[in-house]
Amino acid sequence: MSEVPLLKLENIGKEYYGNRVLSNVSFSLMPGEILGLVGENGAGKSTLMNILFGMPVIASTGGYEGNVVLDGRPVRFTSPTQALAAGIGMVHQEFSLIPGFTATENILLNREVLNPSLLEYIFSHRMSTLDREAMYQRADTAIRTLGVDISPDMTVAEMPVGYKQFIEIAREIDRKQTRLLFLDEPTAVLTETEAQILLKALKKLAESGIAIVFISHRLNEVKELCDRIVVLRDGEVIQEADARTASVRDIASWMVGRAVSEAPESEPQKPRQVREETALKVEHLWVDMPGETVRDVSFEVRKGEIFGIGGLAGHGKLGIPNGVMGLYPAGGRVELFGEGIPLNRPRRALDKKMAFVSEDRRGVGLLLDERIDWNVTFTAMQVQGRFLKGIPGLFQLRDDAAMSRAAEALIKLLDIKCTGPGQHAGELSGGNQQKVCLAKAFVLQPDLLLVSEPTRGIDVGAKTLVLDALRRYNQENGTTIIITSSELEELRSVCDRIAIVGEGRIAGVLPAKRPAEDFGLLMMGHEVEVEGSGGQGSPQSSNVEATA
Amino acid sequence: MIKKFIENAGWPRVIIGLFLLGLFIAAPFVGVRVDTSLSDTLVRFGMNAVMVLAMIPMVQSGCGLNFGLPLGIIAGLLGATLSVELNEKILAHCAQYVDAAAWGAPISFASAIVMALPIAAVLGYLYGKLLNRVKGDEMMIATYVGFSSVAFMCIAWLLLPYKNPTMIWGYAGAGLRTTISVNGYWFHVLSDFLAFTPFGLSHLYVPTGMLLFFAFMAFLVWLFMRSKTGTAMTAVGSNPEFARASGVNVDRMRVISVMLSTMLGAVGILVYEQSFGFIQLYMGPFYMALPAVASILLGGASVNKASILNVAVGTFLFQGILTMTPSVINSVLQTDMSEVIRLIVSNGMILYALTRKVRVKR
Repeated sequence: MSEVPLLKLENIGKEYYGNRVLSNVSFSLMPGEILGLVGENGAGKSTLMNILFGMPVIASTGGYEGNVVLDGRPVRFTSPTQALAAGIGMVHQEFSLIPGFTATENILLNREVLNPSLLEYIFSHRMSTLDREAMYQRADTAIRTLGVDISPDMTVAEMPVGYKQFIEIAREIDRKQTRLLFLDEPTAVLTETEAQILLKALKKLAESGIAIVFISHRLNEVKELCDRIVVLRDGEVIQEADARTASVRDIASWMVGRAVSEAPESEPQKPRQVREETALKVEHLWVDMPGETVRDVSFEVRKGEIFGIGGLAGHGKLGIPNGVMGLYPAGGRVELFGEGIPLNRPRRALDKKMAFVSEDRRGVGLLLDERIDWNVTFTAMQVQGRFLKGIPGLFQLRDDAAMSRAAEALIKLLDIKCTGPGQHAGELSGGNQQKVCLAKAFVLQPDLLLVSEPTRGIDVGAKTLVLDALRRYNQENGTTIIITSSELEELRSVCDRIAIVGEGRIAGVLPAKRPAEDFGLLMMGHEVEVEGSGGQGSPQSSNVEATA
Repeated sequence: MIKKFIENAGWPRVIIGLFLLGLFIAAPFVGVRVDTSLSDTLVRFGMNAVMVLAMIPMVQSGCGLNFGLPLGIIAGLLGATLSVELNEKILAHCAQYVDAAAWGAPISFASAIVMALPIAAVLGYLYGKLLNRVKGDEMMIATYVGFSSVAFMCIAWLLLPYKNPTMIWGYAGAGLRTTISVNGYWFHVLSDFLAFTPFGLSHLYVPTGMLLFFAFMAFLVWLFMRSKTGTAMTAVGSNPEFARASGVNVDRMRVISVMLSTMLGAVGILVYEQSFGFIQLYMGPFYMALPAVASILLGGASVNKASILNVAVGTFLFQGILTMTPSVINSVLQTDMSEVIRLIVSNGMILYALTRKVRVKR
């Protein structure tokens, strides 16, 4: 390694409309080094990335303070093209892929391998044809470097979300001059196994001399992968630490600025009421949800239980709640407290006092352009006829005052950070949006609450609050809750039993207290001795002790 | 304080408002009477406002701007012509209950609305079903629905078996005329209700009844948008997936909104005609959608959010500019080119307004 750092930041600062988001950020990066950049949502990570990548948004809001030094020379990028030319690659949190194109076309976009042709000399290389064969080879190499098996001919639209992430990274790897790679939460949409594959690939890349800046909320990964960790909080570098010596607990407390309990399991759990009575019974359910197909799923959930559904992305775990709620075409039999629930009819599912928190927060879960109180009370108004005033059945108007009151109560209960019930949901941060989604479900006073990916893309502090809220709600109201999540540790910390879904079927249902390896084995398609449930089976409840 | 007002109102409205004010101030110096101009602006506002109001339901439900307004207008025209055709029978029937001489015009006008609404409802239902099949391209399809329905009615107006001699072509004895006078039926039935000329200015005519009628229609729309269905409609426009997950039948809400827009369009044209004095058939409805669309955009509405305030402000500004610009500029230039200026101004404002459609998201 050379003595000159590849990248050096000197006192970087940035203000947005008088609102300081970064101040005095300095750190350096050697070639081949992996730096973990962690911080809560809104700590300034994305702004820092935008500065380094020369995003126009920075210049249009008044530029930034301080210096960026690349290879010992100060640089000031004004467009991403310059950053790319200097060898900086970036993988964004939001995918920038063209859905209708294949993996190959996306990876080599604007860097296509061209066939030499006569027209090229007369006009420009824009007139050349593509060498599809060579492009396929290059894309394949890039994908294989990452250690995954994705066909380069697959169109991005057909891919599960995890694959898209790999394609995005493959695109940066293929760029030969890339020396510095930024990854903004690359594992957020990946399952644990996929994440492991990715981490391995990144280590290999680093060995070849590429420096990596890795941004993630998953602290275990950061610790495992990175050489050094920089913690940002409120736009300042709070701590720079050696990844080998810092514990996850330390990092978390630096991030949030307060001591956190590392293991949720260690919290004293109050006894809860889990009855023998079956709340939800699902038999031979199939759901046609793109990328999350459910083939044949049967399970039972008992009243008052917190039931987890885990598994790899793309194997159908998300399809289950969506199918039960009637949001995607489905078949099979679903019973709630012995009563059949008609599928494919969201209204009927809601009428039976089931509530759903969608994994697609911004797409399905929220009215981004409307007020928080609308978001919170809308479903209750439409389904249960609440928050209306006037003569029922004849003439009723929306009761704005009651809506605001209900929203205010929930804002307080869930500690939603906002200016009040009148703020638009789109203006909130990810974690607070998730809380609004939960509030919406709580207002319905459901008998059965289905929650999909409750902690996806939100920071550590918000995560704990969301999970606590769910646990408390279950405890206080005895509500049966089904949580679907890709984060196994999270499920193990809140659930009584966890079903692992593999290839659209239930691979097994285990009590949450079983060691993590058992769940991992189930995910990988191995058989695990399961007392209490067969491969398809309904659990024999006597074997499962739900109350801790 | 002023900054906040500008922020709330939006720069475009402030600029156009100041321009309009400037025209009113300049008017006396070039020999244009301010009171006449103001009166014209008020009358035009009243004539057009209900048709602009017809934009709201569709915008709120996410169907976009109602470029298919001619469809609603056609329903209104059918109601209008039917009321003229059946005028005697209706009045004879009502004579049993009320004094036909005193109540003739209001009853006749009410009958036009009553007959137009079911037609508008049926047409709106079909139009809504069509728009549900072309989600994402509503405005384009709506434009062609409007145009083609006008073309179709050009044939129908000739063939429909109307008999009233005041309406049909004199030489053939069949087919409706292009322009039909409503004088003697319901001319100025709303406009003259409680109309007055304030401050003794004989040229300042305030069409109170017509303005009150708009206020009443606006109140009905306001009430509806605050009902459970209206709330659901707004949510559908804001995020259809959210609405569906909340158990709302998205397609049904969209159809209802299109029906409402079409029915408001039908009522709107009747208000227009009673003030204008003529029923204009054939190509009459062809270009009616654009001024209405421009007005609501000018008023600050976007493609998926519109309020009654947007309607009132936008219609006033649009019609005000349209009234004032030709007369003032005409007088300045000392030539008669008011029609050319009117075309340039109105189409220019439509163009401007359409470029203003902010916050379009899919």
